[in-house]
Amino acid sequence: MKKLSARRRHPLAAVVVLLLALAATGGLYAAFAPAGKAQADETAQSLAIDEGKKLYSVGCASCHGTGGQGTSDGPSLVGVGAAAVDFQVGTGRMPAQQPGAQVPKKKAIYSQAQIDQLAAYVASLGAGPSVPTDSQYNPSGADIAKGGELFRTNCAQCHNFTGEGGALTNGKFAPSLEDVDPKHIYEAMQTGPQNMPSFPDTTMPQKQKQDIIAYLHAVNSDKSASPGGLKLGGLGPVSEGLFGWIFGLGALIAVAIWVAAHTAKAKKS
Amino acid sequence: MSTTTDARREAPAGERIADWADGRLGIYSLAKANMRKIFPDHWSFMLGEICMYSFIIIILTGVYLTLFFHPSMNEVVYDGSYVPLQGMHMSEAFNSTMHISFDVRGGLLIRQIHHWAALIFLAGMFVHMMRVFFTGAFRKPREVNWLFGFLLFVLGMFTGFTGYSLPDDLLSGTGVRFMEGAIMSVPIVGTYLSFFLFGGEFPGGDFVARFYSVHILLLPGIMLGLMVAHLILVFYHKHTQFAGPGRTNKNVVGMPLLPVYMAKAGGFFFLVFGVIAVVAAIASINPIWAIGPYRPDQVSTGAQPDWYMGFSEGLIRVMPGWEINLWGHTLVLGVFIPLVIFPLVLATIAVYPFIESWITGDKREHHIADRPRNAPTRTAFGVAWITWYMVLLIGGGNDLWATHFHLSINVITWFVRIAFFVAPVLAFVATKRICLGLQRRDAAKVLHGRESGIIKRLPHGEFVEIHEPLDANARYKLTAHEQYKPAEIGPTVDENGVARKISRTQKLRAKLSKGYFGEGNQIPKPTAEEYEEITSGHGHH
Amino acid sequence: MSSQENSESLPEAQATAHGAVETAGDPFADPGLPAHKPRIQDIDERAAKRSERAVAFLFFLSMVATVGFIASYVIFPVDKIVFIFPFGHVSVLNFALGLTLGVALFCIGAGAVHWARTLMSDVEMPAERHEIAAPPEVKAQVLADFKQGAAESGFGRRKLIRNTMFGALALVPLSGVMLLRDLGTLPEDKLRHTMWSKGKALINMNTNEPLRPEDLTVGSLTFAKPEGLEETAEDFQTQIAKAALMLVRIKPEDIKDKRELEWSHQGIVAYSKICTHVGCPISLYEQQTHHVLCPCHQSTFDLSDGARVIFGPAGHALPQLRIGVNDEGYLEALGDFEEPVGPAFWERG
Repeated sequence: MKKLSARRRHPLAAVVVLLLALAATGGLYAAFAPAGKAQADETAQSLAIDEGKKLYSVGCASCHGTGGQGTSDGPSLVGVGAAAVDFQVGTGRMPAQQPGAQVPKKKAIYSQAQIDQLAAYVASLGAGPSVPTDSQYNPSGADIAKGGELFRTNCAQCHNFTGEGGALTNGKFAPSLEDVDPKHIYEAMQTGPQNMPSFPDTTMPQKQKQDIIAYLHAVNSDKSASPGGLKLGGLGPVSEGLFGWIFGLGALIAVAIWVAAHTAKAKKS
Repeated sequence: MSTTTDARREAPAGERIADWADGRLGIYSLAKANMRKIFPDHWSFMLGEICMYSFIIIILTGVYLTLFFHPSMNEVVYDGSYVPLQGMHMSEAFNSTMHISFDVRGGLLIRQIHHWAALIFLAGMFVHMMRVFFTGAFRKPREVNWLFGFLLFVLGMFTGFTGYSLPDDLLSGTGVRFMEGAIMSVPIVGTYLSFFLFGGEFPGGDFVARFYSVHILLLPGIMLGLMVAHLILVFYHKHTQFAGPGRTNKNVVGMPLLPVYMAKAGGFFFLVFGVIAVVAAIASINPIWAIGPYRPDQVSTGAQPDWYMGFSEGLIRVMPGWEINLWGHTLVLGVFIPLVIFPLVLATIAVYPFIESWITGDKREHHIADRPRNAPTRTAFGVAWITWYMVLLIGGGNDLWATHFHLSINVITWFVRIAFFVAPVLAFVATKRICLGLQRRDAAKVLHGRESGIIKRLPHGEFVEIHEPLDANARYKLTAHEQYKPAEIGPTVDENGVARKISRTQKLRAKLSKGYFGEGNQIPKPTAEEYEEITSGHGHH
Repeated sequence: MSSQENSESLPEAQATAHGAVETAGDPFADPGLPAHKPRIQDIDERAAKRSERAVAFLFFLSMVATVGFIASYVIFPVDKIVFIFPFGHVSVLNFALGLTLGVALFCIGAGAVHWARTLMSDVEMPAERHEIAAPPEVKAQVLADFKQGAAESGFGRRKLIRNTMFGALALVPLSGVMLLRDLGTLPEDKLRHTMWSKGKALINMNTNEPLRPEDLTVGSLTFAKPEGLEETAEDFQTQIAKAALMLVRIKPEDIKDKRELEWSHQGIVAYSKICTHVGCPISLYEQQTHHVLCPCHQSTFDLSDGARVIFGPAGHALPQLRIGVNDEGYLEALGDFEEPVGPAFWERG
């Protein structure tokens, strides 16, 4: 994963992703569009919706209702859009394992192709934000410093200065943003998953979202620099205090014990 | 000073320099009293040295930092080498701290040494103070020195706070904003105090410069004076020592300042400095570049002060939001009550020595350090206080406890609210029982010897463990502590049968004295007769 | 037993004000200072030599480390970041300087202590303590001297001098107090007003553009500042400290407070971003519960119910700004906040 995420930042990564996407689209096209060209897109789309519906009724309908209208166990999905599905299922939050203050992220159990089908189905229930394309969330060339300022204004209050996460009321929390896929960060800002408010393009344009993603990548990825040494979780004075007590004062007391101890005698009494 | 001899003169050069100084400063008389001064060896007696040395390190590195730091809130645009802040508006204070961290070679190291040393200084003072407390080293004649030390701790807290605020970063700015809110809660004069402190409305453009002179001049100046006085008194009183063979209340047993302690204490300075330098090399502290410049409309979760202010943070976090509006005025109890409790928490431990000496009524000098178990009530009180302090520290970090232990922040807050009252009581009871248990064990050890681990089978099949009797030194050590008898009010009628007037304080004192030294509150030391009987009889074990 | 002895000696003890307490005596006599036992180094010259070499080696290591410090200073560029396990991507200069300095200092200390521990005499010796309090004759002499000095000054006799002197000494610090007056302006009504006023457009903090109602979707969170407040302004920090605004859109039917609904625009509510507890910028908005939490001290406000306090140390609700839409369709303030924003204070009322 490390290698992959490192390569993702490569200047040519966008080109590679684009090529892959083209190839995948081509492949899907080949698989799903044996019919005439004019109808191909539509057919592929409706096929995806059909497949998505099947997946939906198995994995999601028990909480969100058979038609996505919502039940007491889960909110309505009408109008949440494909981006919300891609985020929730792509980060493994959905399907939820157990009720609680908040649904945590886990390993995704659907493949990306299945997620796309689910997203197509949910998007068909009502208009909503669609899954962002690479050109929307790719942070290359974005303004890191501006992103930092935007992050401190809009995000740091919940996610901490550098996105280490933080507590909310009654057991809820804002998760750590370390090494979260740029697409998922973008989708989260756009759709406002669970208790997170949304930051729609009308108040935070796409360019600014890219700035924020670029800032996060600069300060909170596995390659971010911490010039002063151990980051101590990036949590501020609490972890610094613990470190100072345990390793600073602890080491000094150990030294003091050595200084004050009696030197070994020639013969034990 | 050179000690090489100059063949043409009668006295060596070093001696001549010393003569010169003696004629003007009287150094020979000074040296006579102090050069071979005896210091006892115990690791816990070196905690104060950790504090002194980290204070010196803080001063040294602090002076270096002033060469580059600009205590100004004038706005500038950052164009230094840290990319994620380029083009940002910030104060000169923040900008110059960035410059120190990224463009001055070694600047980051000195900044980190300064800050780590400050955390360790305060932590060291805390532990040192507790050492003095639990060994009863605050008793006569050292009460004044206890207060000097306490003042150093409190001033250290505020020096730390003002220093933490200087870079004008988002985290410290949030702390300063809190301070402004706390000052404003003071009835009647709060808003005036706040406007005078900040030169007008918050944040204004003055507080960094004002905090700067407080941080580098006013408070450290007072602290330096107090520290010198503290040290002079340590020399004057001579150090306490633990009881042991040949160690009495009238002497101090150890090794001389020259050469042993000159080398040990002098070497310890370098050890402390070395350890802190290594800590600063490997661990980041207060990375202001990640925190960003202060803006009153921005904030980050997990906003905490440095650890020594953490208990006040806990107080303020768990206080219910009481606010009284009467006759057009607001009494902000939700902020003002914690502001009042904050010094009270500290004062509780500071006044304890005076309360104890009133209860014991003991006017003698004490130079033998108690083992904590032999003063159960004092030890229980100290542990209760630490528990109180720790509960508040938990409250001060409730958000991080919540995220790291998957708890609800509201539940932790309620826990702290209750534990604030309950936990010290539980700690007191439990500690006292543990102390009494340890006293019993000591008594048994003196009478029956230590468990040797050798199991013997008696002829009739019973298994017994052989107890090895203690040697005279160990026996003395375990019984040399002092045990008070509870103070009596005395007869309530005098010899003429007239009722004596007994004041309420006298009654309270007698009650407390019983709680300290009455039956069940300390285990009587084994007597020589008991020991004789057991060692001679051999009939039972 | 011993208590009896003590009570017998008590009157005398009380007379000298020393030891006016009863204590249990020690059951065993002090065996006295144990005899000194030699260390290996004291009896074996080769062991002593080994210790000497160890000390010298430590001092030598310190010299090497100092050379390393200087070399690091010269060699490593200030902005070079390298990966060092397990510390992460760190400044190599900081790491090298700190480590070499640490070793250089630590070895001096370790050498000195090892020297003291192994080669200097470790014979423990007692030193007598002397009572701190002065003997009675010294005390009597001091008191007599003091009385004489006091009498010679006439301090007690010449009451006029004494009283005027006290008066002068009491008054003179007032000059110092006066000098503090210009530390700051007076509060007056500054805490009651912000930059908001009728007709001021709500400017998006992110884009610096005025906001339209349709920009804000249900569940979104937006921050705004008053029209005309630029980041470059000299008093930006002071103004934003009071004027910072938090905008959320709640379905009008979910708003429980009547006044809140009245002051909103189609469910868009504008609240002060400054916590009423001690002034942290509050904005941890949970869009499903409409709770907003303060990250500093966890005061929690319910934005769907007049932003009243539902948890934590804040004493009163967040002030709401009345908003509407101007002719061009932009959101605007319909006046200033009706109450002071931020922390409560005595004159707040």
